[in-house]
Amino acid sequence: MSDTIRFLLDGDVVELKGVDPTDTILNHLRYRMARTGTKEGCAEGDCGACTVVLGELDGDRVRYSAVNACILFLPTLDGKELLTVESLRQKDGSLHPVQQAMVDTHGSQCGFCTPGIVMSLYAHWLMSGANDKFSIEDALAGNLCRCTGYGPIFEAAQGVSGAPADLRDAQVKALRAIQRETTLELSAKSQLTGITKHYYAPVTIDALAELAAGHPDATFLAGGTDVGLWVTKQHRELEAVIYVGDVKELLEIADTGGSLEIGAGVTYTNAMNTLGEVYPDLGELIRRIGSVQIRNSGTIGGNIANGSPIGDSMPALIAAGAMLVLRKGDAQRTIPLEDYFIAYGKQDRSPGEFVEKVILPKPAANQYFKAYKLSKRFDQDISAVCGCFGLTVVDGKVSRARICFGGMAATPKRAAVAEAALEGKPWNEQTVRASMKAMEEDYSPLTDMRASADYRMASAKNLLLKAFYEIEGAGATRVLEHRETAHG
Amino acid sequence: MADMLSDIKGAVHKDLRHDSAHKHVSGDAVYIDDLPEPKDLLHIYVAMSDKAHARIKSMDLTAVEAAKGVALVLTAEDIPGHNDVSPFAGDDPLLAEGLVEYIGQPVFAVAADSIEAARAAADLALVDYEELPALTTIDQALDADSAIEPMQTMGQGDAAAALESAPHRNAGSFRIGGQDHFYLEGQIAFATPQEDGDVHVFSSTQHPSEVQHLVAHVLGRPTNAVTVEVRRMGGGFGGKETHPAMFAALSALVAVKTGKPAKLRLDRDDDMVMTGKRHDFRYDFDVGYTDDGLITGLGIEMASRCGRSTDLSPAINDRAMFHADNCYFLSDVTIKSHRCKTHTVSNTAFRGFGGPQGMLGIEYVIDDIARSLDMDPLDVRLRNLYGGDGRDVTPFGMTVEDNIAAELMETLAQQSGYRARREAVRDFNASSPFLKKGIALTPVRFGISFTTTHLNQAGALVHVYADGSVHLNHGGTEMGQGLFVKVAQVVAEEFQIDIDHIKITATTTAKVPNTSATAASSGSDLNGMAALDAARKIKARLVDFAAEKYDCPTDRISFRNNSVYIENREVAFADLVREAYLNRISLSSTGFYRTPKIHYDRSKHKGRPFLYFCYGAAVSEVIIDTLTGENRVLRTDILHDTGRSLNPAIDKGQIEGGFVQGMGWLTTEELVFSENGRLMTHAPSTYKIPTASDRPDEMNIELYARGRNVEATIHRSKAVGEPPFMLANSVFLALRDAVASAGDGKCSPQLNAPATAEEILKAVQAVQTKTG
Repeated sequence: MSDTIRFLLDGDVVELKGVDPTDTILNHLRYRMARTGTKEGCAEGDCGACTVVLGELDGDRVRYSAVNACILFLPTLDGKELLTVESLRQKDGSLHPVQQAMVDTHGSQCGFCTPGIVMSLYAHWLMSGANDKFSIEDALAGNLCRCTGYGPIFEAAQGVSGAPADLRDAQVKALRAIQRETTLELSAKSQLTGITKHYYAPVTIDALAELAAGHPDATFLAGGTDVGLWVTKQHRELEAVIYVGDVKELLEIADTGGSLEIGAGVTYTNAMNTLGEVYPDLGELIRRIGSVQIRNSGTIGGNIANGSPIGDSMPALIAAGAMLVLRKGDAQRTIPLEDYFIAYGKQDRSPGEFVEKVILPKPAANQYFKAYKLSKRFDQDISAVCGCFGLTVVDGKVSRARICFGGMAATPKRAAVAEAALEGKPWNEQTVRASMKAMEEDYSPLTDMRASADYRMASAKNLLLKAFYEIEGAGATRVLEHRETAHG
Repeated sequence: MADMLSDIKGAVHKDLRHDSAHKHVSGDAVYIDDLPEPKDLLHIYVAMSDKAHARIKSMDLTAVEAAKGVALVLTAEDIPGHNDVSPFAGDDPLLAEGLVEYIGQPVFAVAADSIEAARAAADLALVDYEELPALTTIDQALDADSAIEPMQTMGQGDAAAALESAPHRNAGSFRIGGQDHFYLEGQIAFATPQEDGDVHVFSSTQHPSEVQHLVAHVLGRPTNAVTVEVRRMGGGFGGKETHPAMFAALSALVAVKTGKPAKLRLDRDDDMVMTGKRHDFRYDFDVGYTDDGLITGLGIEMASRCGRSTDLSPAINDRAMFHADNCYFLSDVTIKSHRCKTHTVSNTAFRGFGGPQGMLGIEYVIDDIARSLDMDPLDVRLRNLYGGDGRDVTPFGMTVEDNIAAELMETLAQQSGYRARREAVRDFNASSPFLKKGIALTPVRFGISFTTTHLNQAGALVHVYADGSVHLNHGGTEMGQGLFVKVAQVVAEEFQIDIDHIKITATTTAKVPNTSATAASSGSDLNGMAALDAARKIKARLVDFAAEKYDCPTDRISFRNNSVYIENREVAFADLVREAYLNRISLSSTGFYRTPKIHYDRSKHKGRPFLYFCYGAAVSEVIIDTLTGENRVLRTDILHDTGRSLNPAIDKGQIEGGFVQGMGWLTTEELVFSENGRLMTHAPSTYKIPTASDRPDEMNIELYARGRNVEATIHRSKAVGEPPFMLANSVFLALRDAVASAGDGKCSPQLNAPATAEEILKAVQAVQTKTG
């Protein structure tokens, strides 16, 4: 057991004891350490002004990633390296190349988003340095700038080549020295309410299972891209938090031949390319979840476990026939993913039980897989409608149809009537239009700030039509083509 | 002449980086929340109304006061002076007094030792409301005759008769959405008590003098008891013109009452709910025109949602009328403007100040004309431009003297290959069943000057220290637009010294009094001239001194390249300054400027409200998905006139930034209010401003090479803050063009702004049904 948070900052090991475990990295930097270069723009992980870079051991290398300091809890820094805009200060007072490039291209105006942008570009420089258009756009998608229109920032990114290869691994030794093999256990009294807050970060799945059983009311924390907002926006006091991000078994993706097994703690970033190789539309869909910062923190397991009706990974995984593995104590059970979602805010998970992994079958012969996300903005937005289609066509007939939508019901929900209207029928536009009509029986979507019920229904139907046209090669149908991005 | 001499670093007309660029990138640029927090700092939370319209029957704050960490609870009753933070109308209570008129209205404030404690305490309040009927939309307000001021009318000729006799006639209506400023740095104020009950306030504001005045007004003290300071804002865009007074006054009240420093920083969601936005509009038109697209008569009726108070809405709606003609001569026109009072947040200044809404309207009208006549909309635009015999007077009676719209548009059309690309778009659409392209070229003509004439004044303060270094101060504020570096360039140019010798300093009411807001694109025009005046006064004293000392006529003394040339003698600037000091010459001066020529009679809506006009033109090409409404901007070309630009690099930044912000307004930025007036899109998770990938795939921006202001502005430059925003009209009209292609191309689609995917799909389906 360890009761001290240890992380690297500017070459030193910072040790923290007795801190509020749900204090954010951003607040700690700004108000406890007077490192005010990192800004708060929204406190919900959507603007990027708070972007910092984390370094994590990945075998015998260090993996750097940009994250949103505003929603990450301080203890999640344990065992990692933290870099803020102040860390880029060179000994001779000169600017880092990404900073200098931003100055040279007039990349800042009001300057408030600038430290966050510098850190996103810095992470990009460290890990890839790819200066093609898509890679840069993607690296910047999580950083809102209201002044420049982005052109000069883009130019700055294009003008800087990547980091020397040895640089990114300089901290391996220092990071090894602060790794722990035991559970991190913190507790602190809330200054506001006087309750004692507990935080546990186990490193093995057995330890996690034991903690979960012992604290059935605890909040599971993975990437924190949702739970963080419970604290920063809903001002909730979390009495017990179990962090799953250090549990080694949950961080793996295994290829079993016929399927992929994705640990619940695997981040979107780490899953994106592997899943994209098997299902290209799924890779692109994951690329459009949040931003680089969110995908570096957020996990597929977390997306599933919290049961949101508008999470983007579930409709795709369900359409592809994924299974969910849950664990409680020593007991494991496996269910079809769609069965996990019982009703709005209600999932098939008992107290003390946690999501262990997702099993994603690889596509069968003659199976087409299409996934679409409709949102007001392409990047860093939440779906109004997410439509995913797993269609198997044999000898001109639909032999199997799995259709699942997000944003159309209180849970990610399959379109049973529409599927039935396809199965066994000839694969043609007439069949597809009948199935589109049938969707009206499957869904009665809501109107909210993202879209009206009418738009949701009309576009959901059209997405099936779009899938048909695409499979039939009837002409270009996407204004946004798949984007191959190079992030390390 | 002076321009030719510039070997100095930082002369005018040169690309120069933002003076704080190196501090922005290193995190060393200090914003108000970055200032060290004193140990006894109090944090303020503002409790808001959650009713759109209600009487406060009772308010029990006993538990709030007793809560842990609470130092002070403020209600309207605790205000020693006037409970009002309005810019002029007297209808913006700082804290609600018995009545709430929007969801988000400040009701009371809590100061505590942490923001968490203040917020938690506020939750303990017991407020009993009696709900009253609420008007939340333009249509409801029009039906109820609810307005912040009477309807205004502007026009010339006889629109009704012209419409009656027009060969073609077309009427329509569409809606234009509002826009949140989404400055990255939210509203913030930080007050420190001073001796004698005075107070110093750091305020993130575009208008320190008004904040000073209103804080004093609330405290019941003379203006000289309050000092307001701002080094820089993390964005403003108009959102920090009138609203910061609210937060400054609350922090000042807490500081004065407790004797402790106090900070009020709004959380993003609270900021978006509590503060005003760009006005949303309903636009109705009835237009008459000839076979070749010439407008012969036009009736326009605009209605905007002003929200619960007057704020700046009269001037904003006036500007919508001033730009209802854009670049087009309207011989017979009537423009009616309704200023609706609703139970929603009081809408306020935002880049363009009503101009964008008025301008988008006429472009929409012109598109309809073009489609009905099967003409290229560009030809209809060119046909209707100002120019030619008797075609040079605006609906507000001002003669257009510097008309370059036609030249800009034709140059841009040629440079961007507009005509050929219109053909290419048509070919693409013929062969693409699901994706459709659209293209549009639109001009901008924007009047420069505050339309409230007395605001067109500015002051500056320049000190030259005995070592030759210079301290520069003026009433303008820096919000990222590069004002400070431009004004420093003006002073460097005048003294002919490197800009490194000029210290740019924070705006403070203690140095330059009675200033106007940094707004209306006027920052460099006004403050550049005031600083020039100050520098010239000091320079004249130096010249007189040198003339006497070296016995030389003043016209043989010149300043060049960090030196002063006195006949054949070269003296370093710093050396002459040192000598002047030793000879007891004053080396400090104020400067002042007031804009000439302008006048306006608001009762008749006639006069010359503007010193000059800014021009620009943009062509945008877009692609839409007719199955989902998704869309992208493929390419934008811009040609924009900034006169003889003071700093082309800074100006290009304003152009691109303004364009992209305008594009957001017209595409993804949708403010959604619930039926009962609650803003549902109050954070970046739900309110979507453009991100990097939304920028057009290809973007070409050029300054008009022959640009030169015909008026004697600062070094013949032109203002640049607002005009480029309206270049984004080209995106909206290109989207509408693409939607029209989903039908037979002749039917004009109904398309409201913002053109979200949903709005576009709806329009596509309507067009397909009509032409189906």
